[in-house]
Amino acid sequence: MASGEREPFQNTVVEWIDSRMPIFTMLQKEYGVFPAPKNFNYFWNFGAIAMFMLATMIATGIVLAMHYTANTHMAFDSVERIMRDVNGGWLIRYIHMNGASFFFIAVYIHIFRGMYYGSYKKPRELLWILGALIFLLMMATAFMGYVLPWGQMSLWGATVITGFFTAIPYVGESIQTLLLGGFSVENPTLTRFFALHYLLPFVIFAVVFLHIWALHVTGSNNPLGIDTKGPQDTLPFHPYYTVKDTFGLLVFLMIYCVFIFFMPDILGHPDNYTKANPLVTPAHIVPEWYFLPFYAILRAITFNMNLYFIVGLVFLFVLIVEFIWRKKPVYLSASAGWAMLVIGGFLILTGFTGDSCQRIDPKWLDENGGFKGLCGALQSLPGMSAAAAPISAKLGGVLAMFGSVAMLFVLPWLDTHPVRSARYRPLYKLFFLLLVVMFLVLGYVGSQPADASLLGIPLIYLGLAGTGYYFGYFLVLLPLLSRFEKTKPLPESIHQAVLSKQIKVEAKI
Amino acid sequence: MTRRFALLMTFVLTFGTGMAAYASEGGEPLIRQSWSFNGPTGTYDRAALQRGYKIYREVCSACHSMKLVYYRNLEALGYNEEQIKNIAKDYTYMDGPNDEGEMFERPGLPSDPFKSPYENDKQAAAANNAVPPDLSLIAKARPGGPDYIFSLLTGFEEHPPEGHTLLPGQHWNHYMPGHVLAMAPPLSDGQVTYEDGTPQTLEQYARDVAQFLMWAADPYMEERKRTGIKVILFLLVFAGVMYTLKKKIWADAH
Ligand code: HEC
Ligand code: HEM
Repeated sequence: MASGEREPFQNTVVEWIDSRMPIFTMLQKEYGVFPAPKNFNYFWNFGAIAMFMLATMIATGIVLAMHYTANTHMAFDSVERIMRDVNGGWLIRYIHMNGASFFFIAVYIHIFRGMYYGSYKKPRELLWILGALIFLLMMATAFMGYVLPWGQMSLWGATVITGFFTAIPYVGESIQTLLLGGFSVENPTLTRFFALHYLLPFVIFAVVFLHIWALHVTGSNNPLGIDTKGPQDTLPFHPYYTVKDTFGLLVFLMIYCVFIFFMPDILGHPDNYTKANPLVTPAHIVPEWYFLPFYAILRAITFNMNLYFIVGLVFLFVLIVEFIWRKKPVYLSASAGWAMLVIGGFLILTGFTGDSCQRIDPKWLDENGGFKGLCGALQSLPGMSAAAAPISAKLGGVLAMFGSVAMLFVLPWLDTHPVRSARYRPLYKLFFLLLVVMFLVLGYVGSQPADASLLGIPLIYLGLAGTGYYFGYFLVLLPLLSRFEKTKPLPESIHQAVLSKQIKVEAKI
Repeated sequence: MTRRFALLMTFVLTFGTGMAAYASEGGEPLIRQSWSFNGPTGTYDRAALQRGYKIYREVCSACHSMKLVYYRNLEALGYNEEQIKNIAKDYTYMDGPNDEGEMFERPGLPSDPFKSPYENDKQAAAANNAVPPDLSLIAKARPGGPDYIFSLLTGFEEHPPEGHTLLPGQHWNHYMPGHVLAMAPPLSDGQVTYEDGTPQTLEQYARDVAQFLMWAADPYMEERKRTGIKVILFLLVFAGVMYTLKKKIWADAH
């Protein structure tokens, strides 16, 4: 972007600045004439909406911070002071509080949009990874923000979530102490969470900048998932998409405002209007709704993974790599593969049953002598006791939860099918929509107490099934589909697809 | 495309509200009331708020504090400055130190928070078997809010159902999670005198105090809803204009 290449501006002030630092030329290039595919649907609005929400959170957050006191004796009352005595304080706080939810709504739709239309595929892998990083940073920011008002859920949510870090062997306790600034959630926790909650949104802002930079190198994907081939496929960003984004944003804001003004507390938890009290544990500790699917994955692992189970799992993973990820197995013959499958399956079953036997009601065992015998035999095997399991249930849950977010980062290398858009991939579409359903089911499971059941089915099984599908989708289904899925014929170009759609519409009229 | 968009928005809305409906465990389903402040244009009933405040002042304030509410806030209930001054000066506050370094007692001022019945939580617990919670935010801090308060106050049972025994100082309530609480039924028919001819029944008392507590927890509700209607109308018009503009600009796009 050497200044020699630029076109002079009419306005003398703009020209004076631009000739010294071509910022207007850059804006013109990136947001004015920037060529965008002409067939975006409304799902393409959510990036701009998410950007707007980030700006809203920063603006309202800074005002809140002017009145907020990060001290366990004063935090709760200072927030209520904002609600009652600061001019317009209730509005600022409700915008911020519901803003976190609507930021997540926008970003979730944005992510699922990207998955549906294959926006993570070559050449947009880095763009996608930056997006996943933003999501991770948002989760950390929102988690720490929720602690600031110092209600009962602030305290106990933080206690439960940071407690999971202790499951990590050797360093877990130290990590927890470092996070908390002590051994439990107390004043040092609140002050460091406030400092980080102030900092992270600006880090997010920087990553968003990189995200958009990467986008403007590769250009946008589109609902057809095919590359743009020339000017007939695109429109200048302004005015076509500026006007469309504004319209979409206004509709989104309308829904957001219905929450802010008419049901501002419905997405929160009533317990957070009770001041934090370390001596009273709430009956039912739940995180914010946007964490629930991941919380369900965390709680889905209720069994210890002993040596048998882990070796079986490793066998299974080797098989997946050899026979599913690779086009041709390199190290294993087909018969060796079958043998490993049988042995691996057997080990998993042995390990799982052996571990389950330790948690089963002994009364139930007595009436079923045979089963008791099996359990006894299994438990006499070396390394079967819960204490000897290298991965405890708690650690397993933590690994599963972080693993589920990690899937997003490696997604571009799990789905290598050359066709991007789900429109031309019927099987992919089916499994993807099932993933969305499973994600919502996991959200429901996460919102319920751990021992709840639905229509007689204990929810832990539903949580485990959802978790299984989630990982199965990424690790097995996507690589399989990448190799074998037959797609529908792709249109020649975006221009042609748009034209033929118009002809169809006109024929109907 | 518009159909899909509508679908998406319905999804967002139902997902949002559905997820928020956390289960409230323990108590029986609440008695749902129609409140004057329900709905997008609902407002508080000033007369009911004043009666509710009377109940709080004469009954509940013997045990429950309301530290976040100030006498000056009573203006929103329709009291004038003079009346508020008179209400406040009935209470005695410790202040100081004065120029001699002494603490001294003085009558309350409109700028004082509601007088708490106890010095601290320990004292409150010692007198009541449990800490009576501060009521400033109780209507937001319990699922069901005013419906819960109404149900709780009218839902006491002198004798617990068979198979349950109460310890001394415990009371049975249909709506309290776990059914047992340390508060004795605080209200009964005819206990508080109403000057405006409103029936002096337990139900009426409970209704009035529930409304007062809702106001205390959410004093800006009326302003919030009024602003909300304007904001939504503005967005609606603005979005309409943008939609027309979009149609116009896109007319030559394909
Ligand atoms: C004699 C003292 C006393 C009086 C008078 C009293 N309360 Fe209570 N209240 C208590 C105590 C003690 C508790 C705590 C109960 C417990 O936690 O077991 C309580 C608890 C409550 C709760 C919370 C229940 C829950 O869900 O945890 C509400 C609401 C309440 N009172 C409302 C009122 C109202 C309204 C009045 C006035 C009409 C009132 N109380 C009068 C002593 C009192
Ligand atoms: C990524 C953007 C952000 C997210 C997702 C976010 C999220 C949250 C959440 C969930 C809460 C708790 C709300 C409640 O229940 O009351 C909160 C509170 C708070 N946030 Fe943020 N926030 C963001 C940006 C910021 C910024 C940039 C600042 C300051 C510069 C800030 C300052 C505060 C303060 C002071 C509170 C405590 C007051 C309160 O609880 O209402 N936030 N935030």
